[in-house]
Amino acid sequence: MNSPQMHRRDFLRGSLASAGGLIVALQMPALAEGAPAPASASFAPNAFIRIAPDGAVTLVVSMAEMGQGVRTALPMILAEELDADWSRVLVEQAPVDPKYNHPLFHMQGTGGSSSVRAFYTPLRIAGASARAMLIEAAAHRWGVAPSDCSTETGVVIGPSGQRLPYGDLVAEAVTLTPPASPSLKSESQFRLIGHDIARTDTRSKVRGAALFGLDVDYPGLKTAVVARPPSLGARLVSFDATACKAVKGVHDAVAISSGIAVVADNFYAASKGRDALRIVWDESAGSTVSSDAIRAEMTQLLDATESRVARESGTITDGRGPRLESVYAAPYLAHACMEPMNATAYVQADRCEIHAPTQAPGVNRAVIAGVLGLKPEQVDVHQTFLGGGFGRRFCPDFVIAAVETSKLTGKPIKVVYTREDDMRGQYYRPAALARLSASLDEQGHPQSFVARAVCASITRASGMGKADDVDGQAVEGLASWPYRTPGLRVEWSEYRNGPGVWFWRSVGCSQNTFFAESFVDELAHAAQQDPYAYRRALLAEQPRLLAVLDLAAQKAGWDQPLPKGHARGIAVAESFSSYVAEVVEVSLADDGTPRVHKVVAAVDCGKIVNPAIVRRQVQSAVIYGLSAALYGEITLNAGRIEQGNFDSYPIVRMPAAPTIEVHLVDSHEAPTGIGEPGTPPLAPAVANALYALTGQRIRELPLKRLTRA
Amino acid sequence: MISLTINGHLQQVDLDPDTPLLWVLRDHLKLTGTKYGCGQALCGACTVHLNGEAVRSCILPVSAAAGQKITTIEGLHAQGEHAVQRAWVQHEVPQCGYCQSGQIMSAAALLARNPHPTDADIDNAMAGNLCRCGTYNDIRAAIHTAAGQLSKGR
Repeated sequence: MNSPQMHRRDFLRGSLASAGGLIVALQMPALAEGAPAPASASFAPNAFIRIAPDGAVTLVVSMAEMGQGVRTALPMILAEELDADWSRVLVEQAPVDPKYNHPLFHMQGTGGSSSVRAFYTPLRIAGASARAMLIEAAAHRWGVAPSDCSTETGVVIGPSGQRLPYGDLVAEAVTLTPPASPSLKSESQFRLIGHDIARTDTRSKVRGAALFGLDVDYPGLKTAVVARPPSLGARLVSFDATACKAVKGVHDAVAISSGIAVVADNFYAASKGRDALRIVWDESAGSTVSSDAIRAEMTQLLDATESRVARESGTITDGRGPRLESVYAAPYLAHACMEPMNATAYVQADRCEIHAPTQAPGVNRAVIAGVLGLKPEQVDVHQTFLGGGFGRRFCPDFVIAAVETSKLTGKPIKVVYTREDDMRGQYYRPAALARLSASLDEQGHPQSFVARAVCASITRASGMGKADDVDGQAVEGLASWPYRTPGLRVEWSEYRNGPGVWFWRSVGCSQNTFFAESFVDELAHAAQQDPYAYRRALLAEQPRLLAVLDLAAQKAGWDQPLPKGHARGIAVAESFSSYVAEVVEVSLADDGTPRVHKVVAAVDCGKIVNPAIVRRQVQSAVIYGLSAALYGEITLNAGRIEQGNFDSYPIVRMPAAPTIEVHLVDSHEAPTGIGEPGTPPLAPAVANALYALTGQRIRELPLKRLTRA
Repeated sequence: MISLTINGHLQQVDLDPDTPLLWVLRDHLKLTGTKYGCGQALCGACTVHLNGEAVRSCILPVSAAAGQKITTIEGLHAQGEHAVQRAWVQHEVPQCGYCQSGQIMSAAALLARNPHPTDADIDNAMAGNLCRCGTYNDIRAAIHTAAGQLSKGR
């Protein structure tokens, strides 16, 4: 088998460092209507804050809002240190500009549960710096020392109670130099951070007014749908667009790098036009590719002598207790964002304008400049709201399709993926196979732990990072095995065939935590110990993991009796520098279908900016993980993807949604990730609960029907 | 020409009568609050009211809606303050928000015919509306809140 996706994705390699330049902002006030004051008249001490003479405070959000709440949490951090009047601030989406580069990624993009983690301190400094300058301006006007002045909600207060609103200080403040190291508030002074501040985007989202990528309109805009290769590696032989172009409303059908783009006045015409295309594909390349064939190839790698060592410590020796060995498997998964992929582009001679629901405007700018032979600063990327992201929207494929179609037709183009296009797009969570083994000592504790995982490399597929070493994202969740074990080795073998792979909510931990946390449950049962107590005993040197484990167990009433036919399971994991434990309560329906009634999560994500948003992110991650555990599976036959829509790729619906409780650790550590860490423990907690209920150990996802005990 | 009554306004559209109502709303009338999610009535993102009943506009040919009363999220309440919308704000239901127009339209139709739904009633009525952000717990709570507010207003 070959892997056609690899060629398509080479565009990313090496191009990420070249984004640069300055372009115009897209104004998107979130809290109030009306255009902000022109920047020239405003006090704009840094890229994130603008204060107009009328006192209007505009806070700029550089990250993509895809449901995780950055349009609230990030401005809260700025407003906290600025001491702005939160009820009056305007929130604006940043343009694409290196000034907004992610401090860890070194380009503008949203992912890795890192928005608050990466921007907490920079935004606090930005806010504090502006506040210091406003104080300095007021102190100068009053002829007093800045140290004798203070602020509260948009006003500087002088030593004798004088008050000057921020807007009145704009003219003086613009002449001042930002302080080198402004002093930050202590936590006890926080008025916003740590509080359940209402989201800034709720009202627009309950009125159908929030602008998603699919809602972008443009003078003269045409809609395009793309006929893509129907199977892995399929090559276009020829196409006849006569009947397609006869469809009312269809303008053109053009070959782009990803297929044949049908351009029409509207989606329905484009879609009918695509149905009328007569295309000859050579599907021979993928004809032997199937899920069974992929499994067989991955099994060969699992059984091969060579592998790459990801982590090794101590000496692998046998203890005096039992030895266990298990093989686990996880399938390919689609993201299935509710908003299918789409993008709008208008390519002109010396510039390109893009409006897209993208997680990565910086990536898009660099890639599109390369595609068009333009300078990065000639490519303008406007970020809309994202109807879900989950990693999928880090990829620029849909933007490239819109850009190529616009360039060929000379028209502004909105490319729309149908649900089937989206689901068959081959940007999947990698399928994985793993063998885990352990030898226990006389207390039943692991003397040694050895794991070998086989899966494709997302680092290689994305071109983001070095692909020749061990891909850290392929082993995360296994290499971080936290349980006290004298001898430990974790290996990885790269699977290079199969469909394309991509970042999927919680990435490697999405499968590896299922493997590791199911296996440690096996060890506990082999040692005839309670799975919670067993983990506890082995996590003594992991205080933050231990704390969430205890909190989840305590809140779930781990020792309390359950109704007949119900059972609990537990799992705990670190991911994205956060710590989450989940206790799940399950039963079986009459036909053997697993039912999850309740999930109790305990979370330590460091200092929390907005607890309400954190709780909802964990609920979201739990449901996302549950959809995958119960149903999620992308399969192939004769090179074709067998799923296409929500009938063949189900996700959790309300009747299957458990009650979810989220308990937060009150932490003063640095903020860490929260978009993803709720997902990894869910699947193993469910599988462990089903083992407790039925005695059947689930080593492969998605869950199948079980026989009742 | 097809005549449609959308959010109380009579609209004339000249297009293929097979066009799904969803795309008439979105592409022709620029009412983009109603969302495309699946095209097969599997996800509920396109839910609107047809004579007060929740329907999936992605599979409803516009010809079948001719002469009937259509309500979209934009027309549910003039100021966007329908009890369901207020409850959605109170409970901060939306995350990405893409499915929420459809969720709100399904919930509003449920409460119009069943002012005091049980959890089981809510499960039945909302089972056709997918949310990939997993806001189901908040949706359920918001529907109960809206029911309480509507019954107080009666």
